[in-house]
Amino acid sequence: MTATMKLVPVFIAGFLFALGLGIGGMLDPARVVGFLDFFGGWDPTLAFVMGGALVVNVVAYRISAARGAPMFGDAFHLPLKKQVTMPLVVGSILFGIGWSMAGYCPGPAITNLASGTGTAILFVLAMGGGSFLAGLAMRKLDL
Amino acid sequence: MIADLFSKIPHFVEALLGGALLGLSSAVLFHFNGRIAGIAGIFGGLTLPRGDVLWRAIFVLGLLAGGALLAIATPERFGSAVESRSVVIVAAGLLVGFGTRFGTGCTSGHGICGLSRFSFRSLVATLTFIGAGAATIVITRAFVGGAGGGAG
Repeated sequence: MTATMKLVPVFIAGFLFALGLGIGGMLDPARVVGFLDFFGGWDPTLAFVMGGALVVNVVAYRISAARGAPMFGDAFHLPLKKQVTMPLVVGSILFGIGWSMAGYCPGPAITNLASGTGTAILFVLAMGGGSFLAGLAMRKLDL
Repeated sequence: MIADLFSKIPHFVEALLGGALLGLSSAVLFHFNGRIAGIAGIFGGLTLPRGDVLWRAIFVLGLLAGGALLAIATPERFGSAVESRSVVIVAAGLLVGFGTRFGTGCTSGHGICGLSRFSFRSLVATLTFIGAGAATIVITRAFVGGAGGGAG
């Protein structure tokens, strides 16, 4: 199993992810904002998408974890933190605000680049800038 | 033609199917490569890398390839932007980029992968970002008025 072959599932995962977003309606910002618009005309689509994902992943995670290690690696790369922290909450608030403004979160934003619109490119560039700044901030704060 | 096929399925079934594909994607990445399909983390590791760049780039390529297929086969899936003002798009992008990294995850990392592992951190994060988004729309509407969060 060469290093290149080990990347094949990674590519497939990315490809399936984009398809899942597309079929689930999550590439349409109006649908996403519609979900967050609890008191306007509420669109439950995102809840169904998340439900479908959880049904599969709750089972799949346990099956995979029971193997003890991934197929192509020594160990699973799981988050280490267990406690709820200030950065988790602050970051999530900021993310939620930005998410509601344009109806894009990272996955749909990157996938949307394939549509070639100026909005998509501008958003991803700004997202990259924000991510970079957060990386710097976390280094400074030793997070 | 593909759009016709899908139009025969109830919308909520389509949504469940899309979600199941997202779950499958996460399952594949975790089972084979032991990685969490959290797009914020995957993307973040490309903006300020600390090693492990190659698999992230390949995953993003997969996203773009899938997006390209959708753009060709079912372009209507991309909808239309809810926001056209560049200033707002940039502000939104900065907030999403910063917030998802600082908060160590997004809708896929926390909402799908974290919740699947019954992570309390991810539960708090998910409720927080959904709540913040909902609150922003309410507040924006109170100031701007009309339908839609200030898109005009």
